[in-house]
Formats: sequence, C-alpha cells, structure tokens
Amino acid sequence: MTSPLEQKKIKIAGPSMVTANRTWDGVVIYRTDQQSWSADLSDAAIVRTSDEARALLTEAVADDVGAIGAYIAPVEVRDSGAIKPGNLRERIRSNGLTIDLLPA
Amino acid sequence: MYAYDELDRTLINERVSEFRDQVKRRLSGELTEDEFKMLRLQNGVYLQLHAYMFRVAIPYGTLSSKQLRALAHVARRYDRGYGHFTTRQNIQFNWIKLAELPDALADLAEVGIHAMQTSGNNMRNVTSDQWAGVAPGEIEDPRIWSEILRQHTTLHPEFSFLPRKFKIAITASDHDRAAIKIHDIGLRLYRNAEGETGFEVLVGGGLGRTPFIAKTIKPFVSRRDILSYVEAILRVYNQYGRRDNIYKARIKILVHELGIEKFAKEVEEEWKHIRDSALTLEDSVIEEIRSRFSYPAYDKLPHMPDELKKAAHDPHFEAWRRNSVFTHNVQGYSIVTLSLKPVGGPPGDATADQMDAVADLADKYSFGEIRVGHEQNLVLPHVAKRDLPALWKALDRIGLATPNINLVSDIIACPGLDYCSLANARSIPIAQELTRRFANHDTANMIGRLHINISGCINACGHHHVGHIGILGVEKNGEEFYQITIGGRADENAQMGTLIGPAVPYVDVADVIEDIVEAYLALRARPDELFVDTVKRLGVEPFRERVYATR
Repeated sequence: MTSPLEQKKIKIAGPSMVTANRTWDGVVIYRTDQQSWSADLSDAAIVRTSDEARALLTEAVADDVGAIGAYIAPVEVRDSGAIKPGNLRERIRSNGLTIDLLPA
Repeated sequence: MYAYDELDRTLINERVSEFRDQVKRRLSGELTEDEFKMLRLQNGVYLQLHAYMFRVAIPYGTLSSKQLRALAHVARRYDRGYGHFTTRQNIQFNWIKLAELPDALADLAEVGIHAMQTSGNNMRNVTSDQWAGVAPGEIEDPRIWSEILRQHTTLHPEFSFLPRKFKIAITASDHDRAAIKIHDIGLRLYRNAEGETGFEVLVGGGLGRTPFIAKTIKPFVSRRDILSYVEAILRVYNQYGRRDNIYKARIKILVHELGIEKFAKEVEEEWKHIRDSALTLEDSVIEEIRSRFSYPAYDKLPHMPDELKKAAHDPHFEAWRRNSVFTHNVQGYSIVTLSLKPVGGPPGDATADQMDAVADLADKYSFGEIRVGHEQNLVLPHVAKRDLPALWKALDRIGLATPNINLVSDIIACPGLDYCSLANARSIPIAQELTRRFANHDTANMIGRLHINISGCINACGHHHVGHIGILGVEKNGEEFYQITIGGRADENAQMGTLIGPAVPYVDVADVIEDIVEAYLALRARPDELFVDTVKRLGVEPFRERVYATR
C-alpha cells in the first residue's frame, strides 16, 4: 500500500479517518470526534470530504505530545454502521500481523 | 571478540543518559516530534506500522554470549519475546515502547551494546564477513578494519549529518560473503603482486530505486592510507552529495552523475590535503586495535574425530553436517551456520529462548562467540568437530538445525508490510509459503544453491535486486503484486537481476517461483550447474516463457 508518509495532497475517495501512533508506546490510535484518541477503530471519527479530513488531521497533528505520525486513511463503513479498515495496511494496523510467529 | 575499553564504555553510558533525557523531554512535550525525530533516529528508533522499532548495533556482526543473552533479555522484558536479525548484521525489535527505551538501552549498555548510528544520515554498521577470522584463505581478519572505521566515524562531527545514510562493507576473502559491491564503499583486503597487504576500494554501490554495482575507484590503497582515503571519499560526498532530494542523495547517484573517473579525481584532490595527516594509520595504531581482538586458544585436534565418524551413520545428522558445517582455518574445528529459516517461519527471527539457548551453546562449543550474517542466519565460528553431533542435537531441539543454508528455502526477506511503514506489500508470508513449497530437503539439495531475496518495497532492504531470484512487492490499485527478477548475485561477481515480466498477484507468487525452479531443472546443462549460471547461459527468455505461458 503506498505509504501514507508520502501523502502530499489531501484527497479522499470515500469515508476516511485519521490515525496515528501513541507517542509513549507506539500503539495504533484513531482520532475521535471528541478531540481525543482511542485505540479502538470503532471510536474513530469518520470524515467524508477533503475539507473535513483536512480539519480533522490539523486537529490531530496539533496534539504533538499524545500522538505522532498522524495521517488520513480509508475506512469501510458497513450497513450496520461498523467501521472497518479500508485497506490492507490499516487492516494490519488494526488487527495485527498476518503471519504466524515462531512459538515463544 | 573486540574488548571495549573505558572510553567505549563511557561513551555508551553517556549516550544512554543523553537519550534518557531526550525521551523525557519528548514525553513531556518540551521537544516536538520534529525536534525529536532526528535524535531518535540517531539511536536507531523508528516509528513503524504498529509500534516503534528499535534497531540495535551488532558491530560487524560479532556478539559474545553475554551480549546475546542481553538481547534475549530485551526481547523478553521490553518486546514480545523475539527479535529480527537484519541484512546489515544488526538486530531489530518491533514492539518497543518509547517510554521504556532508555531502560532497554541501559540494560544493553551493561554489556557494551548500543544503538548509535543504526539509523540517520551517518555512518552505519561497518559490516563484514560473518566468517571473519576463521575462513580458510582469508588474508587477515577484516573486522579489525571495521573496528578502526567504526571508532573513527562514531560521532564524527563532520560525518554526523551526511546527505544520506552511508554503508561500508569489508571482505578479506576471495569469495565475498559481505556483499561489498552493493555498498556505498566496499573494501576488499588483499595482497598485491609485491606482497603488500592493502585494499581495493570500490564506491557507489547500492540498491533501492536506482541500483548500482560499486565501481573500483582505486585498485590498491595501503593499510597505512586507508583511513585518510575513506575520509577523502566521505568529504567529497559530504561536499557534493545532494541534499535537496532524498531519492538522489546517496553517493551512488553522485558517482553515477560525475562518472567514476571524475569522482576519483575529486577524491584524489581531497586526499592530497589529508593523506599524510593524523589520519595516517601507523602500524602501532593498527596493532593496538588488533590486540583488542581476542582469539580462542584452539586445541590440537584431529581432522576426523571418533565422535564424527560414529555420528556419520545418522542420515539426519549427516544432512545437516553436509549443509551447515563449513571448513575452518584450524584443523579439527568447523564453522557452523545456524539457520534462522525454519519451514514456515519468518526469515531471520529468533525468540528470546532461542537466543539464550544459542548463547549457552556458544559458551559450550564456540568459545562464547556468535556471528550474525547479512543473510540473516547466525554462525558459531569456533566449533570443534568432535562436538558437532552434540551441537546438532541441541540445535535441533530448539529449531535451529534446518539444513537449508544457501538453498532455496534460505530466504532473505525484509519485514515487509506486516511491520514496515514504508512497505507496499508483505514479504514474510511469501517467504513462509515458499519454505513450505520447498520443505523437502532432498528436493532443495537437488536444486542446489539458490538465493531468493524478497523486499516489500523499492527500498530493497531484502536485497531483491541481487537475488538469484528477486521478489519485489508493489501495489496496484490497492492490491499486492510482485515483480520477479532472476540472475542477480551479491558476491564478488555481483550483478542486478533481470525482470522476467509483468508483476504477478500475491496468490500466484509461490506458483511462479515453482515454475521458475522447474524451468531451471529442465534447462540446466548438468546437475551441478547452479541456477544463477543457467540464467547467465540462457538469459531470462526461457524462464519468461515458462512463467507467462498460461498467465
């Protein structure tokens, strides 16, 4: 998946959210609509226009202490309202590795 | 093993204190991420997909058992119980918390391990041959020169902010196990016609978006002059290397754009000013560094001990011995490669328990020393032949005796999209599936030496360009696709592989590789004609036809 590190213009093709990593431990987090972060994707604020995305990202980036590397990523919003990752990269970030590790 | 002195220990400890303070100020908000990023990169701390990744330096791939136990401790205490050995002889931990990093670094500092300059635009690990010091026919131990360069370039004020990262590799054997031709500077230690020991200096190698094989800039530089000459190269690079475009900032681009002759002239010009300066390496300085390397007190042992004769009746032991045990420069001893490529396993990973076990085995059988190879396996460099049967049993118990060294399932792979924020596609599941397809050791032996390299993106951390078979993950419309190249080599005959055709989807990759191998088996002139030689003889067309006939 083309790295979002290379995001230059904000252009969204569907429902999106803002995600980052928590500064102190690197855990994947999602920007909520309460100006906070959650480690649960179901809490993510959904944006549907480029302007909304830009505003949410700007707000997220302003929290430099709590989060790093914020970017906009696609989501799928199911008919039930459930929010799912919108590409493989975000599936991996949300669900974890796709591989079997060595036994501990 | 190199013995650190008081200065080394002080430097490492002070670095830990400094980083601890930097982390504290980052977490309090006193430092912004933009301010902190450059500092954390200088200490090997990356942000990846899930978490921070922590890259720890293993200078020229040499570890003591004590150090390996410390790495196991970090894996267990601060991570998820495992680590990944890299194509630059370092180790990476994938789940480290920033808040705990200073403690992890402090624990490592107690055994002389650090993470300085494992990332950032500076001199990275000066890598070498994992068989250094024990390989038959080696001119002398190349690690002495890695150490000289390491000391000189650590916190070097002029080279701490280069246009981009800088990587040097050194070999002292005819067969290049250090892949020097794909490094920014490659050094080949040899004896010239006059009997003098010195270096062939190569420059401008590298992979990634614009791969190049390094070119010889100077066929012979004496030991006395090597440091000043390398410094001259670095100064020219620092002066003229591009800083406006990250993709054009490596020295390979500068060498390509200037041409090797012009680049060499610039270096000679610079060298004139510094050749006979304090950078001259007097014999006493070289000997001082050499004296800090300790070598085992080898026993006088027979070439064929009874233990080995007896064990030869066990076909499983013999399969492993023939594959993973190599000739040592001292009679009665062997170099043993421990495969970190089990069937179905992620290439290059080891659990904390395995690391501890290898440390114990190193103490018992290898004078307490372990090496890390760039091909992501471990080595016990000083094993008495009489101990091979016992060692094999112990390795087999901990899953480190897969007899697949240099074979099709001895795959080099980057972490890929499962871990890496730069990746376009996954690499580890591809590697795992391939090891399952080629799990039969008789088949793998019949195929012979075959290096598969997998990279999850064009940054080429898996060295796919120089794989006998190279696999590069790309993204097409949100799906994972893979470009396949064949015919690459990373050794003294280094060359880039050739693309065989359009990228194939994730689900087809293992089938395609099987087709390529089947084509090779049908086309090879003799059973001992290596895959890479068959490709050289016939070109890619017969393989392309086979792969794309029904696709």
